[in-house]
Amino acid sequence: MSQLNRRQLLASSAIVILLGSPAARAAIIRGGLPWKPGAADPPTLVTPNGWHFFTPQETATVEAFVDRLIPADDLSPGGKDCGCAVYIDRQLAGPYGRFDGYYMSGPFQKGTKQQGPQSPVTPARHYRKALAAFDKACSDKFGGKVFTALSDAQRDEAIKGLEDGSLKLDGTDSKEFFKLVLKDTQNGFLADPIYGGNRNMASWKMIGFPGTHYDYRGWVDRHNQRVTLPTISIAEHPNWSG
Amino acid sequence: MRSRSTWLFGTVAGIALATSAVPAGAAGIDKQNFEQVERGHYLAIAGDCAACHTLPGSNHALAGGRPIETPFGMLLAPNITPDPQTGIGAWTDQEFVNALTKGTGRHGTRLYPAMPYTYYTKLTRDDALAIRAYLTSIPAVHNPVKSNQLPFPFDMRWTLAVWDKLYFTPGTFHPDPKESAQWNRGAYLVEGPGHCGMCHTPKNFLGADEASQRFQGYALQGWFAPNITDAARRGLGGWSVADIVAYLQTGHNKTSAATGLMSETLNLSTSKMSDADLQAIAVYLKGPSGQQQTAAADPADPPAQGVMKSGAQIYADECSACHASDGKGAAGLFPSLSGSPVVQQTDPTSVLHVVLRGALSVGTKPAPTAPAMPQFGWILNDDQVAAVATYIRNSWGNSAPAVSADNVGKTRRMLVERSD
Amino acid sequence: MARKLPHKDVVVIGLGWTGSILANELTDAGLDVVAIERGPWRDTATDFLISYAQDELRYRIQHELFLRPSQMSVTFRNNSKETALPVRTWGAFMLGNGAGGAGVHWNAETWRFLPTDFTVRSHLTQRYGANFLPQDMTIQDWGITYDQLEPHYDEFEYLCGTSGQAGNLNGSIQAGGNPFEGPRSRPYPTPPMKQGYGHALFAQAAKELGYKPFPQPSGNLSQSYTNPLAVTLGQCTYCGFCEWFGCANYSKATPQTTVLPVLLRKPNFEARTECEVMRINLDSTGKRATGVTYVDTSGEEFEQPADLVLLCAFSLFNVQLLLLSGIGKAYDPTTGQGQIGRNFTHQTVSSAIGFFDKDKYNFNPFIAAGAIGTCIDEFNGDNFDHGPAGFVGGGYIGEVQTNGRPIESTPVPPGTPAWGSKWKQALRDNYLSTIVGGSCHGSMCSYRDVYLDLDPTYKDRFGRPLMRITIDFHDNELKMSAFLTDKYAEILQKMGAKQIVKKPRKGPYDVTQYQTSHLNGGAIMGTDPGNSALNMYLQSWDVPNLFVQGASAFPQNAGYNPTGTVGALALWSAHAIRSQYLKNPGPLVHA
Repeated sequence: MSQLNRRQLLASSAIVILLGSPAARAAIIRGGLPWKPGAADPPTLVTPNGWHFFTPQETATVEAFVDRLIPADDLSPGGKDCGCAVYIDRQLAGPYGRFDGYYMSGPFQKGTKQQGPQSPVTPARHYRKALAAFDKACSDKFGGKVFTALSDAQRDEAIKGLEDGSLKLDGTDSKEFFKLVLKDTQNGFLADPIYGGNRNMASWKMIGFPGTHYDYRGWVDRHNQRVTLPTISIAEHPNWSG
Repeated sequence: MRSRSTWLFGTVAGIALATSAVPAGAAGIDKQNFEQVERGHYLAIAGDCAACHTLPGSNHALAGGRPIETPFGMLLAPNITPDPQTGIGAWTDQEFVNALTKGTGRHGTRLYPAMPYTYYTKLTRDDALAIRAYLTSIPAVHNPVKSNQLPFPFDMRWTLAVWDKLYFTPGTFHPDPKESAQWNRGAYLVEGPGHCGMCHTPKNFLGADEASQRFQGYALQGWFAPNITDAARRGLGGWSVADIVAYLQTGHNKTSAATGLMSETLNLSTSKMSDADLQAIAVYLKGPSGQQQTAAADPADPPAQGVMKSGAQIYADECSACHASDGKGAAGLFPSLSGSPVVQQTDPTSVLHVVLRGALSVGTKPAPTAPAMPQFGWILNDDQVAAVATYIRNSWGNSAPAVSADNVGKTRRMLVERSD
Repeated sequence: MARKLPHKDVVVIGLGWTGSILANELTDAGLDVVAIERGPWRDTATDFLISYAQDELRYRIQHELFLRPSQMSVTFRNNSKETALPVRTWGAFMLGNGAGGAGVHWNAETWRFLPTDFTVRSHLTQRYGANFLPQDMTIQDWGITYDQLEPHYDEFEYLCGTSGQAGNLNGSIQAGGNPFEGPRSRPYPTPPMKQGYGHALFAQAAKELGYKPFPQPSGNLSQSYTNPLAVTLGQCTYCGFCEWFGCANYSKATPQTTVLPVLLRKPNFEARTECEVMRINLDSTGKRATGVTYVDTSGEEFEQPADLVLLCAFSLFNVQLLLLSGIGKAYDPTTGQGQIGRNFTHQTVSSAIGFFDKDKYNFNPFIAAGAIGTCIDEFNGDNFDHGPAGFVGGGYIGEVQTNGRPIESTPVPPGTPAWGSKWKQALRDNYLSTIVGGSCHGSMCSYRDVYLDLDPTYKDRFGRPLMRITIDFHDNELKMSAFLTDKYAEILQKMGAKQIVKKPRKGPYDVTQYQTSHLNGGAIMGTDPGNSALNMYLQSWDVPNLFVQGASAFPQNAGYNPTGTVGALALWSAHAIRSQYLKNPGPLVHA
């Protein structure tokens, strides 16, 4: 049966695409609020289907790295089990990894600290280069052992070396790399689990953030009282299973 | 504030001045009789001719070509401008009146009852001629339309002779002497030009009204047009006359918002009708005479506790920030689910439609906000939609049959096929 | 070759707050209006869905609702000796885009400026003497008074349904409100919001210290409200995903929730989205705008002729378009000549973090809204004697914490390791019992060497020069910031904080540190063409059929969020256009 029907032409919106060539996407809006059934731009939920960016060696290194930045203890699982490496992998494979949306025209020149980041090196390229350099630096410092072959204590020492700049990386800045990995790991730990990290809302439960509730009218007056709502996220609602 | 008739007169006067050449056969029409044209324009609004005969977004009023969805396939609404070749300009007055009241087209061919002649038959001859006068006054548009797009065997018009024999009782409206003039006016409008039963009365397998269940609701085009009898729970029993008038006039009242198919009826028809006529319609719908009360079908079993518990959680997380924890929403903005007839229809299609795809409510001059419900189809699976629908249908004093995940799945698949 | 389109009476550049207000006013006047907006259409139920609006990573961290620097950015340097470099990703300010503009993701803090703010130079000179003001400070009187603007502040607040407690009703000071505010003609349209524990504790401590705290005026509504346009807003639910985000339940005053439903129904209005205005076109005299040229997403150029041009593109971009269109004279800091780009300002904000005993205090920081909070105004404007203080200006001080979002709002005490188990523990131990969202919302005076001009090197995707911002802090503002921060810290002390970390604003101005998006000036209003780009009605001195809306008109910034004043000026300007200009097009002020 033909898809064309009476209602298809009922424009409760009045968006008409016109002016210019078919490639034009400008929308002309008049006559009412534009609206289409089912209109939405929901987030893409990360699913555990392999690695989209990291090579197997990089995966192992990053998993080990995030597990030291966020170690497993009685407060929460470690960074690896929380999915922080998955988070970073998916981010680097996507718009974040490419600096999508950034102003990327040259000339690229170094400026003052106040002028902010001026490098054309995208996060994806940064990780790729720095992870290799990091393994080489570890190998040089620890008698031929790459990061994943080190003990926990040695791993911490290597990371501290990045953090204070004493562990030099070939062709890339240690401190900048450390700051990047730390920020990405912690973002992955604290962001909504739909992005691959913060599995089971581990960090939110740890700190006492109840998650994505939208209606606190029954709580705003209850000063100094612990909120007893179940912890929920955009796609995880354990309280929904009757 | 300008009265409605002043507005109509002003508009119609403008249109009348743009009239084209007198079509042949327009003997009963007095071109200079502005009152008749104005009356006809108003009746065309009450009859909502534009909803079928005007292509949305088109500058050519009533020039046809708009697809009409029927249970049997597609029709294209004809051109009813006075164009002599492609419109109805060459028709005689009697042919026009026959079309409205007898369901026959030019040269006696039968019209498909997608054209609501089964309702328009109630029109008085005067009113039918007034509509003719109005249609004669609008600009003629050359737009040839092949109406019959139905597949075999429905494309055979002669079969309608049988259908008419079975289901069509021609005849003008007869006022009930026991009722007030206001009630009778409402009856005339609802049963005649308003053709409310077209959407709100259930149909049999041949698409004809189930007369014994008049106005008790009907599923069409992805929605369930609700029960508009005065029944307590599933009809308009909880609405006052003022509530009904506010709804038809502005698209909103303190508890409800019009959306979906009713938006168009509001925009093109009821929001432009007079206060007096809307009052009359409301009085008629509220009056027990001539209306059948639904035997409120109580759910066979109360809904499962687990489902209600689950639904309550979903509601708290996704719904209460607008519809509030007591289900009462916010007047004029978020409909009240508590006590809502739409929520409690036996057929839950409208509720599921709104939850799965969202819905834009109608905006009118007195109530321009047009708040929209967002869609939840992307995040709620069939079980979850079923649970929250069952929950809202059975909370805060509501009572309606539970919704199954199967039903949700069927509705979801049906809606995916639709682009509207 | 640009395709010429049918004529319109009015073309509005940008469909944010001022564009929406002006378009609505002028369509009411019967004019045919088109708005050209370079971003996408956005609306509540299609773009800010309750099922995913609460996404900190997407909206707060990755800036999804904002202008993309790849579409348009700016360059920045601290002073003329430096080379300005592009802001490749936003930091110090977040720029709006799309229908509703920054009005979609603002906090909705809705303030009025003080009466003395509008006559700041003459007032300060009179009180403290001409030598009190630094030589390179270029603050000036606005050319308009608070009394002239008061009815339009009222109008904007009633359009928004602003929730608040009046402090001065027609000269009579009201308990519970801001005793320093200018007189208002009637109460706020809705009562104040509810406050959280931290906000309430601040109020209590402030009172004990002898201050007069009051609830921050808020466009997150305390109750459902229908505005004079018959548009209905909902009640805020304190979700904590307010500023930087779209509101999912119609309870934040935005163009979408107050004006656009009415505007879009009008047959004489049309919006064209994802179309970017390239320049305002002038006739051969250079004194009359003939319309605009814009491109759609395919890059095709269109010429839209119009009789009246309203530049509503946000302060920075108003100035950019003026310069790109050759309207007015570009400011030269060395000579002091030229009005376009002069007197650019931002906001001088600072804060202090209060760490409290986690066993005694639970602030539930996630129960909040963009404009929730309690403030004191004793140290704003000239509300106190600046003689001993050694600076001018001031700001409100408030506990206005808006959120407990995990990435943004998990403060740890100084000395906490940046990673590891101790980091986690500090997060856990401090999240619920720390107040990190206090604000000392200080003014910024204008200076000779803080300005806007066109960058000589960096271009946008069409090859047009980016706006260059040259800005650094001056001693005046740094002194003020330290002063306000100290005062706030005293209140935190009184509240019972066990550890206070003061963070007064320190130079140099850093374009990576967020410090509100309140960018002002560059096309300022004033009394004559020698000291301003616009007259008191926001009409361009150079091109009388051009009006330039927004905070670009501010000659300097006061110690408040600017949007209330932006809205009031837009309505004031709209009324002048309707009652005077349309009847007799031409300059409204003859200087």
